[in-house]
Amino acid sequence: MLDLVLFLPLIGFLLALLVPAEKAKYFALIFSLVLFVISLGLIGPVLANPGEYSFVTDTPWISTPNIRYHIGLDGLSLWLVILTTFLTPLAILISWNYIGHRMKEYYAFLILLEFGVIGVFVSLDLFLYYVFWEVGLVPMYFLIGIWGHDRRIYAAVKFFLYTMVGSVLMLVAIIYLYLKSGTFDYTVILQQMASGQLKLTPEEALPLFLAFFVAFAIKVPLFPLHTWLPDAHVEAPTAGSVMLASVMLKMGTYGLVRYCLPLFPNAARECAPWIVGLAIIGIVYGALVALVQPNMKKLVAYSSVSHLGFVVLGVFSFNQLALDGAVYQMLNHGVSTGALFMLVGMMYERRHSLEIKDYGGVATQVPHLATVFLITTLASVGLPLLNNFVGELLVLQGAAMVNISWAVFAAIGVILSACYMLWLYQRVFLGRTSHDTAHHFEGQDLKTREWVAILPLLALMVWMGVAPMGFLTPISVADNKTLQQSKLNVELKVTAPAPPALPVSAGTTVQVAQTAAGVNNAR
Amino acid sequence: MPANLWPSSTDLLRFGPEILLTLVGTLMMVLEPLLDNKRVFRTLSLVTLLGAIGVTMAAHGVPGLSYANMIIVDGFATFFRLLVLGVAILTVLLSGDYLEKEGHETGEFYALLLFSVVGQGIMACANELIMVFVGIEISSIASYILTGYLRDDKRNNEAAMKYFLLGSFATAFLLYGVAWIYGLTGSTNLNDIRTVLSSPNFTNSASLVGMSAALMFVGFAFKVSAAPFQSWAPDVYQGAPSPVSAFMSAGPKAAAFAVFIRVFLTAYGPISDTWVPLVAIAALATMTIGNFAALRQTNVKRLLAYSSIAHAGYVLVAIAAHSTVGTQAVMFYLASYVFMNVGAFAVVTFFARKGEQYVNIDDLSGLAVRQPAMAAMLTIFMLSLIGVPLTAGFFGKFYIFKAALDSNLVWLTILGLLNSAVAAYYYLRILVVMYMREPGVATNNMDEAPFALRLTVWASALATLVLGVMPGLLLDVAGRWVLALGR
Repeated sequence: MLDLVLFLPLIGFLLALLVPAEKAKYFALIFSLVLFVISLGLIGPVLANPGEYSFVTDTPWISTPNIRYHIGLDGLSLWLVILTTFLTPLAILISWNYIGHRMKEYYAFLILLEFGVIGVFVSLDLFLYYVFWEVGLVPMYFLIGIWGHDRRIYAAVKFFLYTMVGSVLMLVAIIYLYLKSGTFDYTVILQQMASGQLKLTPEEALPLFLAFFVAFAIKVPLFPLHTWLPDAHVEAPTAGSVMLASVMLKMGTYGLVRYCLPLFPNAARECAPWIVGLAIIGIVYGALVALVQPNMKKLVAYSSVSHLGFVVLGVFSFNQLALDGAVYQMLNHGVSTGALFMLVGMMYERRHSLEIKDYGGVATQVPHLATVFLITTLASVGLPLLNNFVGELLVLQGAAMVNISWAVFAAIGVILSACYMLWLYQRVFLGRTSHDTAHHFEGQDLKTREWVAILPLLALMVWMGVAPMGFLTPISVADNKTLQQSKLNVELKVTAPAPPALPVSAGTTVQVAQTAAGVNNAR
Repeated sequence: MPANLWPSSTDLLRFGPEILLTLVGTLMMVLEPLLDNKRVFRTLSLVTLLGAIGVTMAAHGVPGLSYANMIIVDGFATFFRLLVLGVAILTVLLSGDYLEKEGHETGEFYALLLFSVVGQGIMACANELIMVFVGIEISSIASYILTGYLRDDKRNNEAAMKYFLLGSFATAFLLYGVAWIYGLTGSTNLNDIRTVLSSPNFTNSASLVGMSAALMFVGFAFKVSAAPFQSWAPDVYQGAPSPVSAFMSAGPKAAAFAVFIRVFLTAYGPISDTWVPLVAIAALATMTIGNFAALRQTNVKRLLAYSSIAHAGYVLVAIAAHSTVGTQAVMFYLASYVFMNVGAFAVVTFFARKGEQYVNIDDLSGLAVRQPAMAAMLTIFMLSLIGVPLTAGFFGKFYIFKAALDSNLVWLTILGLLNSAVAAYYYLRILVVMYMREPGVATNNMDEAPFALRLTVWASALATLVLGVMPGLLLDVAGRWVLALGR
């Protein structure tokens, strides 16, 4: 069934190219809704056993070198796949009237994007993973480049090249791992590491880790590799921004959790202080830059840099709570930032401007839109009972257990996020309305189509904030396993005769491992 | 040995493809003044090339050495013979309508094309330095003339002249290298040279042997347009008729790589420590020069020329790996390169129209609106040249860099892959103008593409995608027919 969910979008892409242009959006909407409904069927079996892979298909694809079509779904990837299938119909709805030219290609590319992204989340073969990683790049490149705003071409090319540079380094690392282990199969590589059959010396592990890490860090994006993101977001059409922020950035954070931690436990722990440092800089820096943005979309884009800093902080705390929070925060960010981009897009369709100074006091004209925007804003700043609160709290709590100063600095980001978001709300919706602005918004409150697109997201914000355990439990089980795998390899290294050159780092890793173990027991 | 004066039937069969092509080529020259309908020659050359494929396969059934060990029929030779024949078929399909449009369709063109393929076939199966030289000369001289084929066109003339002068110079270096190695080892046979070089009694200076290898490298590097002997390629590819550029960037280049590999792996195999670093450095220089120069091009043909230089650099990486896997990667790469590059040139041929008026990148503006199918095909070729997964180009690069890592060329792998990220920029520019700009003068009044051209483009695109999903189809063949090290 996972095969079906994975390959239906590819078929949908080809079919979308065949239907007449004016029917393309209807086709795309129905198709993506059907896919969403089918994908809901994935939830049950994974929840029954979230620590192991469900829906596994494992057949040879290419014989030399041995590349397998190996896919599976566990608690870590489940919600990300569902998020993707859930957001695609909403993204199509939001584009309904906005996209006026070359509609056929537009909807086809949105569906192709779904194919690439789902593939990334379900691949269990490193090579297959790389293939999907790159495939997702192409439709997004076209979405930004053809249907974007004025500087779209610059943004599209920058987006493509940044990701490409990172990913070729990852390809080198993948091939190197293959030459060492004789397989691309991720599960087999982990088994070999667990059994001690595959040993990476620290001199090997560090460059390999960095090769993977840089590819993911660009995608996340982690400060200082984030500069492509504001450009891409601002120039992309609304649906492009939504998909980019909500699911494509998660390809990076997902990669960190899925691959970096278990494959290179020692290197990851050695680099963790530096990475956490960058994450905290990203949190504060992103928030400060968002504070001074005159452009709404850019503001939301920089808030993404800040929010994803939390995710990276959580991942590299090597702590169950923080990791759970980080993975949960991936979903939260997908929901609330996706909603923010949609709302900004709706504002743009009315006022044809993204500059904050062109707005002001529109709440009187469009009260429903203003209310929805306020709820989304509050979710984004982490108000309790809404989704982001849960994730941020877990990350901060987990990080504090490892190092209290990390949590302190990161908390500054939470405060700042309230500043920039509420200030944005104030400048856009409150205050006096200029005649010009009022004219654009008069009688232009949310239409039925827009309600349909935004309501599911609002519902999720509340649901994920009030009853997080339903989502968190499978994540937690999968995280626990990831941490175990990661820890197992560290312990192997420690029991092995330690090379005299690295006494300090070995000591730290033991300490970190013990902390993590302590937290596990505490839970 | 009078008994051997008349070759045996096996010998004839082993050299059959070249004999067939020469005979038909000559026949065409005779028929040319007699026939008014020049379209006959298209069909005739297509039939002949298909026939030559059949003969090649038949010859593959009786592998071995022939003509006093001058030629060898093995899997490696068969692979490259089929490759150059395939390129020639695609070129014929492309050329017909082009020449008709330019008012220059003659039998000579096809005859020259066949002769060029004869030369490349000889290069593929040469087991002897004299044969190598003869093959290169036959192939090159025909290519020189094809480059200047539209004799009233200034660009054609300039390109042919440059190509001819520089080409002759480079072949002279090659010949000089042949003379040196003959003086040092007393043989021009590749296997004999190998035996002499690896024998412990061989006392001649290693630096002299290295020098002969270096001289021959100059000749080969010129033919494959590797740095620092690449400067002819952009001018020639830009100036030549588009179908001829397509042909030259694929066929002669593949054959030159074949002969390069055979000579260096067989004859110079024993001294590989000397030449491997040289090839590695040339590979890096070629990739870098090709990619960075391509960034600034405005002419599509010139851009593809620099891209073809860069791709020669990738292939050299695999040769520097000096392993069976590396050679296999070269074979896969060159074959997949044929499809993507000939395909790209085919779209350019279609687009340039009479007199090749529209060959600037900006002329492609909005092609996706006017000719969505053609634009989509060109997109596939560009993505394949970038090396995006699910295209043949991706697996080509993947196998090459895997082979390089296998041989511990980590630095070359990393720099090579970063190079391919640079390359993405200029290929993307073509996609940008096609998809993200409004249609301009050049795109607004376009005719439907002729059938043969569409066939070429669709077939190339299909092959590019099929090899991108199932590379095993070709890689297994390459694996079976690969030139083993140390033979």
